[in-house]
Amino acid sequence: MYRIVDKKLLAANIYLMEIEAPRVASHCEPGQFIIVRIDEKGERIPLTICDYNRETGTVSIVFQAVGPSTKLMAEYEAGEFFADFAGPLGRPSELIEKSAEELNKMNILFVAGGVGTAPVYPQVKWMKEHGVLVDCIIGARNKDLIMYEEEMKQVAANTYIATDDGSYGFKGNVNDKIKDLINNEGKNYDLVVAIGPLIMMKFVCILTKELEIPTIVSMNPVMVDGTGMCGACRLTVGNEIRFACVDGPEFDGHLINFDEAMKRQQQYKTKEGRQELRKKEGSTHHGGCGVCSDEEDCKA
Amino acid sequence: MDVLHKVPVREQDPKVRAGNFEEVCLGYSKEEAMMEAQRCLKCKNPKCVAGCPVSINIPGFIKSVEEGDIGAAFKTISLYSSLPAVCGRVCPQETQCEAQCIRGLKGDAVAIGKLERFVADWAKENDIHPDAPTKKIGKKVAVIGSGPAGLTCAGDLAKAGVDVTIFEALHEPGGVLVYGIPEFRLPKKNVVEYEIENVKRLGVKIETNVVVGRSITIDQLMEEEHFDAVFIGSGAGLPRFMGIPGENANGVFTANEYLTRSNLMKAFDPDYDTPILSGDKVAVVGGGNVAMDAARTALRLGSKVTVIYRRSEAELPARIEEVHHAKEEGIEFKFLTNPTEILVDENGWVRGIRCVEMELGEPDASGRRRPVEKAGSEFDIELNSVIMSLGTTPNPLISSTTKELKVDRRRCVTIDEMTGQTSKEGVFAGGDVVTGAATVILAMGAGKTAATGILEYLAK
Repeated sequence: MYRIVDKKLLAANIYLMEIEAPRVASHCEPGQFIIVRIDEKGERIPLTICDYNRETGTVSIVFQAVGPSTKLMAEYEAGEFFADFAGPLGRPSELIEKSAEELNKMNILFVAGGVGTAPVYPQVKWMKEHGVLVDCIIGARNKDLIMYEEEMKQVAANTYIATDDGSYGFKGNVNDKIKDLINNEGKNYDLVVAIGPLIMMKFVCILTKELEIPTIVSMNPVMVDGTGMCGACRLTVGNEIRFACVDGPEFDGHLINFDEAMKRQQQYKTKEGRQELRKKEGSTHHGGCGVCSDEEDCKA
Repeated sequence: MDVLHKVPVREQDPKVRAGNFEEVCLGYSKEEAMMEAQRCLKCKNPKCVAGCPVSINIPGFIKSVEEGDIGAAFKTISLYSSLPAVCGRVCPQETQCEAQCIRGLKGDAVAIGKLERFVADWAKENDIHPDAPTKKIGKKVAVIGSGPAGLTCAGDLAKAGVDVTIFEALHEPGGVLVYGIPEFRLPKKNVVEYEIENVKRLGVKIETNVVVGRSITIDQLMEEEHFDAVFIGSGAGLPRFMGIPGENANGVFTANEYLTRSNLMKAFDPDYDTPILSGDKVAVVGGGNVAMDAARTALRLGSKVTVIYRRSEAELPARIEEVHHAKEEGIEFKFLTNPTEILVDENGWVRGIRCVEMELGEPDASGRRRPVEKAGSEFDIELNSVIMSLGTTPNPLISSTTKELKVDRRRCVTIDEMTGQTSKEGVFAGGDVVTGAATVILAMGAGKTAATGILEYLAK
């Protein structure tokens, strides 16, 4: 059993939980994920690691309470327990293998969308701890869905907020903000790391391909075991089949077949779940990536 | 009594069982078992023992059954095997012990598997457990993976007084016994969980949710957690694909995914949260035991199932009993047929499968005649799910994170077959991670060999 040490509401329906899991906390690195199972009847839910503390042996996860399982998860309080918490899984971000010198020679831009902001944070924090300064865009549909702003400002050189409706920060989606930074603020970037809904990552990759900026994305497809066994998380990367759980979750975004990934993501979405999402989130049921404007294009 | 034929075993009616997940085979009663035991010739030089990968004293335990002393029979089996209720159900006896049985030269072989199963089930009902070890030798061994190889190795080491911890990546111990083999062939609570409890009674500790290679490495287990030796029994978990168009369409699953959802996650039971998709028409590609398990699971979830196999019926690698059960339940077989493309609709879902007819040519490296395509024989089958059951290979997670651990071309860990010793000092391996996908009992045999190898190593 794994104890919930702390629970916070970050934005509408979006929760942070700090879980006591010493084996995970002692070995995890930015970019990796865990699998949580609420109770004996629960699903195995993969979630990217959002923070960790090696001293206290705790790991933080952020999730949006949308499906039946995540809603049940949101009902748990600090002091209660989850049945299982396995990890770390997946490969750490490749960036952490580079030296601070190498990284500082590059201009790196992190692009975070919706709940994707949570897994961006430990990467930017890692950069800061290693003396590397990076920029970060946090995008969402509106002000209420912006999270990690203060935390990000502590660790990023520049933090830019972009909202679809202009209720906070720059008015426009993350792609508009990338263009704004490059065209109007004289920025140039050698690398983009984009984490957010599939549709956001797809469009960021289309833009950065045009701009010839290498781009890393973090994939979070349907998974069962998370250890390479089931193949449910397979993606087409270049011309090859790759498993997000053991070969990823981070990949070269310019090689990912996003359209296929988006179709595969639909596979287990139940009618009930989709209806619930529509009711709660309106059109941007993924927490507001700030890219897609209506539900028809948004399959994330 | 008809000595030429074995005492028939009761089974659930095929029409009834096709709609449930209860066990198919109901097993012998004590009377039936004692009657079947009389058929054993108690050979002086028992060939059956040589046919058993863990060398159970078969005539010994059968003699006790014949005398009605089932407790004694259980004690005999327990000297050799920690998982008799499992083995009595899933071992391919027809190619091992029973294949060697002298009684089988004329008439049926003695039903050794069904007798073993009876003894194990009887011991459970009568609350009889293997004897707990009394001595400790002051050594610590880590076992990676709690499948058949790991449980056997751990059990044997614990019996010899070693302090054993098993590390399991999933949330439940049992490996393929819980994620792979379905409930109707191997009940989880009454058989698998129970026998794992018996292994724990020997003093074995099991830590779940530890993914060795990620949560901790073998080097760290030895250096930081001071294990004197490590046994790798992590199995062959990585699924294969055919590499044909459409394989990533929605509705195409690996047998591993399909079976893990149904078996480990209990998706067949609506009380559990994990979903499973079962289209009304399903094709299972492959002819092994796993393919039979996937096909019979889909059938029970309400699908019409066709098994597609590229060779002929004679080459089916699945156990005869499984194929027989599958046919009885209404599964259709298309032999000498190979898929060339999965047909996909405009929304990315499977709508059919394109196949080509095959004929058998010259024997290949495995000795089986190689299937070759018949030109111009393409045809389509309409369906909405495809389950790929093409075999599995070892997961590279451990080999890629362990210094000095040698693997072969197929990423299987290389060992000394006599001891299970790998290229790395103090590290042993056995089961599918060494051989590639094989059977439960072969993995158990390998776990046993390695336990002996580890004890010799610890004594040095």
